[in-house]
Amino acid sequence: MHRETSPPILTVKDLTVAFGPMERPARAVAGLNLTLQPGEILGIAGESGSGKSTLCNAIIRTLPRSARVGGEVRYDGRQLLALSEREMRGLRGSEISMVLQNPMTSLDPLFTIGNQVDEVLRERRRQGQSNDQVTAIGLLRRVHLTAPELRLRQYPHQLSGGMRQRVLTAMATAATPRLLIADEPTTALDASIQDEILLLFREIRDRAGTAIIIVTHDLSAIRRLSDRIIVMYAGRLVEEGPTATVFSAPRHPYTRALLDSLPQVEGDTVTLKAIPGQVPNLAELPHGCAFADRCPVAIARCRTEDPTEMQLGLRHRAFCWLADTAS
Amino acid sequence: MTRVAALNASSWWSLRLRWRRRTGRPRLPVLSMALCILLIFAAVAGGAIAPFAPDEPDFTAILAPPFWMEGGSTMHLLGTDQLGRDMLSRLIGGARVSLLTAGAAVLVAGTIGVALGLIAGYLGGLVEAAIMRVVDAFLALPFILMALAFVSALGTGIGNIILVMILTNWARYARLVRSEVVSIKKRDFVLLARVAGVRPMAIALRHVLPNAMTSILVLAVLDIGRAIILESSLSFLGLGIQPPDVSWGLALAEGRTYMSVAWWLTVWPGVAIVLGVMSFNLVGDWLRASFDPRGVL
Repeated sequence: MHRETSPPILTVKDLTVAFGPMERPARAVAGLNLTLQPGEILGIAGESGSGKSTLCNAIIRTLPRSARVGGEVRYDGRQLLALSEREMRGLRGSEISMVLQNPMTSLDPLFTIGNQVDEVLRERRRQGQSNDQVTAIGLLRRVHLTAPELRLRQYPHQLSGGMRQRVLTAMATAATPRLLIADEPTTALDASIQDEILLLFREIRDRAGTAIIIVTHDLSAIRRLSDRIIVMYAGRLVEEGPTATVFSAPRHPYTRALLDSLPQVEGDTVTLKAIPGQVPNLAELPHGCAFADRCPVAIARCRTEDPTEMQLGLRHRAFCWLADTAS
Repeated sequence: MTRVAALNASSWWSLRLRWRRRTGRPRLPVLSMALCILLIFAAVAGGAIAPFAPDEPDFTAILAPPFWMEGGSTMHLLGTDQLGRDMLSRLIGGARVSLLTAGAAVLVAGTIGVALGLIAGYLGGLVEAAIMRVVDAFLALPFILMALAFVSALGTGIGNIILVMILTNWARYARLVRSEVVSIKKRDFVLLARVAGVRPMAIALRHVLPNAMTSILVLAVLDIGRAIILESSLSFLGLGIQPPDVSWGLALAEGRTYMSVAWWLTVWPGVAIVLGVMSFNLVGDWLRASFDPRGVL
């Protein structure tokens, strides 16, 4: 792969998203940095409330107006946060696309699938991003939807969740975007369907070289799909590295806790280890490491000083005072 | 009653289902629907089905009673008034006036209200605040008072009546649509359209408005009943339709003097108003219950 040499498709620098009162802001994303290479699949993991969705919405600029966004989001050299709404609209769907979390509610109940796929196709043609050869039926075939001719005439409520997620994926990739953001694309689906949808994302990457950000709290999904993984906690990045490395040798106690909380099957016994405590209130974060209160190995320094970045190897980093000692 | 677990998605479908289930045994909604259609037919066909022109006097039959009473004849089925004008023809003429004013008023008031409500709800912020304060002001005034004030200022006549009804009714649509839009625009399919790069105008018209349409339709049908009452009230008070034009409210007012000798001059227009308003209200209620996903009818 030429990933090391090509310029990144997306660079997020010191991104901060704050809500609430100025004097006591809740930072849903706090000083986050990341880069994404063309054709790379990046997994973002973390509990609910860790800022994963906020990060996605900050990149594609669909945060509510009350959000205060700082920092830089560079897509292909352009600072997205500085673009006008009109310029941003020109990128959405055609260059940067998004697959939403809940396929059950993401389609307009009043219109047929065909109607809605056509609407997206019309927009792409208007922007000169697609031609007449691309048809709704072709798009649905590409995402392996069964009986696409029939589906086009059906209404969303006549389709299963998995089918709808395929339709949404087809719509999101109608114009071969260079960046696809998938916000918990499999969370609302049956376990048996999840794999198929994940395979679909890999297929899109392999076919079109689309860079994909996939957000999930399902670690097993990320493990099989993503090249690289970012673990977030309380709006901060706590660990980042190649998927295999992070899974085999997690260095941040939070990553370890997340991995431990996966069901462990040994013979007939299944053990589940939950992480004690809750994600802290973002408006009242304590000094030091945000995870310190729930951390099994926290030392005094963790409660007084923000952990700094610790380089742990090739593209592997963690924000923990004990990252190079603990194992 | 049966609870139809209808998604918003399938409300049209469930409406059809209810309709089919009911047609076997006629009930109120079917009756009132029939009555509404009859009224609309009378209004449209008007002169073609009325036995006489509404203002054509028959001096051989002054204050003739309905046909089944002594002195009545089948020529004037519902009797005649003090000038020998045929009551049935006058009722049909009145239906025309009532439905024309009500229909025109609802259509224009609805269009204005829906447009402003859509703008307010979708744009939010200052635009919303400005529009909604005007709406509040209009809704704060009792509509009959407002109507009286406008009519005294503008003068009577059918055009002015329609104008007055538009002025007193548009705000209700704006308020309803604004609240619908505020909730619809938070739904996922709107976000999906946004991340697909669809223009805001297109989202508002293609996704938000159609999803608010069922509520608008219900309000419009209920409003026809309201508009009939308003027109009748104004005409009754002498501020609406003027003679020699006919209107149910006007006929009611004119007939009062003869109440002791010719009850049919007041009873028929009264019955027409009651049935007309009631049938549109029942149809509106029925539509609302059918569209409501929690719909317990």
